[in-house]
Amino acid sequence: MALLSLKNLWVEYGEKVVLERISLDIAEGSFVSIIGPSGAGKSSLLRVVLGQEKPTRGTITLDGAPLPPECGPDRGVVFQRYSVFPHLTVLGNTLLGLEFSASPFTARLFGSARRAAISEAEAMLEQVGLADSRHLYPAQMSGGMQQRLAIAQALIKRPRILLLDEPFGALDPGIRKDMHALITRLWREHGLTIIMVTHDIKEAFSLGTRVLTLDKRRHDPHAPQRYGAAVVYDLELTRKVQHVPAEAGADEQVEVDGITIDRVGNN
Amino acid sequence: MRWVTAQPGRGRAILLGALPLVVLAFAYIVAAAARHSDNAADKILPLPGAMAAAMAALIFEADPLSGQYLFWADTLASLTRLGLGLGIATASTLCVGLVVGSLPPVRATLGPLVTAIAVIPPIALLPILFIVFGLGETAKVALIVIGVAPFMIRDVAGHIAALPREQVIKALTLGANSWGVILRVALPQAMPRLIEALRLSLGPAWVFLISAEAIAADVGLGYRIFLVRRYLAMDVILPYVAWIAILAVVMDFALSRGSRRLFGWAHGAAH
Repeated sequence: MALLSLKNLWVEYGEKVVLERISLDIAEGSFVSIIGPSGAGKSSLLRVVLGQEKPTRGTITLDGAPLPPECGPDRGVVFQRYSVFPHLTVLGNTLLGLEFSASPFTARLFGSARRAAISEAEAMLEQVGLADSRHLYPAQMSGGMQQRLAIAQALIKRPRILLLDEPFGALDPGIRKDMHALITRLWREHGLTIIMVTHDIKEAFSLGTRVLTLDKRRHDPHAPQRYGAAVVYDLELTRKVQHVPAEAGADEQVEVDGITIDRVGNN
Repeated sequence: MRWVTAQPGRGRAILLGALPLVVLAFAYIVAAAARHSDNAADKILPLPGAMAAAMAALIFEADPLSGQYLFWADTLASLTRLGLGLGIATASTLCVGLVVGSLPPVRATLGPLVTAIAVIPPIALLPILFIVFGLGETAKVALIVIGVAPFMIRDVAGHIAALPREQVIKALTLGANSWGVILRVALPQAMPRLIEALRLSLGPAWVFLISAEAIAADVGLGYRIFLVRRYLAMDVILPYVAWIAILAVVMDFALSRGSRRLFGWAHGAAH
């Protein structure tokens, strides 16, 4: 069964139809790239999946359960900018997710719980190559390092789905290549399910296992807002499909390079 | 060298900054000396010696009537009022500004009220405060609070509301609830702005303090200035004004340094 299902989804802002009749099944472990011209609703689709916006019509289910229209820890996100908190160090940014869930009132950890969280955060920073920068503030880091941090920050919550909104769009080409290698490695090692919106067609094809193109099927020149975008191409790049272990019992745990991903009862 | 790119070094900058002050002091002494050569008993521009003598009496000698060292009693009274007023204003800014800035429904509810209060000239409320709170300390502190808190609340709330939406969304995806967002995202980022708002409020706060003291008080820097004005005692007024300026500069400097030390991330410099 698909991890994430969108059924007959419409997003409208008043008269303006942004997305129409989007029906998608996204399998666990896939890396879905979404491309399309500006204004084709790529980011709207991502915001709906993220829970930041409510679709006008249609349903979204995650693991068969309807997705509430609000953001939660089951969906991680990395934006193009402003994904990290400027007032926290690298370590503080990474710890934040653990602190929020552990203590809803103080949103902080103390004593041994904090030490355990720090070692978990440091292991995650090691994975994204920021182990030596843990005491820097985001303003002291390059754009690429900030995005690495944003990814570590999101992954420490073990999200079911990682949403990337043009995550590498503001980076220069060399750094972008490093980031592609990083995200591919993390995707493989952690068995992630990723949905990435991008402007870069090459990036979409080189990273994704599936490429979706959003565009308007119909266009009324007298009422350009009348028709929304839909999925016009849906390409499976089968040669790259990630090997996902077969579904087993309800509390199946998969050990991947020392990181435990709870595939079923997650969050 | 072009003027727009010329960066004076640290030593030179201090020198340049001191220059106008020195020129001003020198011009004053020349003018005072000129007036005194015409009229040895001139009170309008007292010479530094006369000011020192008048101040020495207030600083080092107890007042025969009250037994107090007036200069220190005035300073203590004024700083207490100012500290209380600014403290209450800062605390209420933190509480109100934080929720108004972070929670859109609260912003919709309280925003217009805060704006309405902020546009009232606080001095116009002084009679009401005197009627409600009497002529004691409460009214003076209340004037400072009402004078500066609405501005500070608007500034801090506006700053929080303008934080990138992505930060809130990101915090929610990290498992935060609204309280968590306020506590770990909005509050720390509000702090440097709060100190900045406090620094900008120091000037108005002093205005309200001196006004309140001028109208009804029996001790305080503003009270003393307005009292001795009756005797044309510029030899006390000028040093008092200079003292107020020094106190204000020290407060501003301390706040600025404190913010840099505590919230280095907000000041862009190396930590």
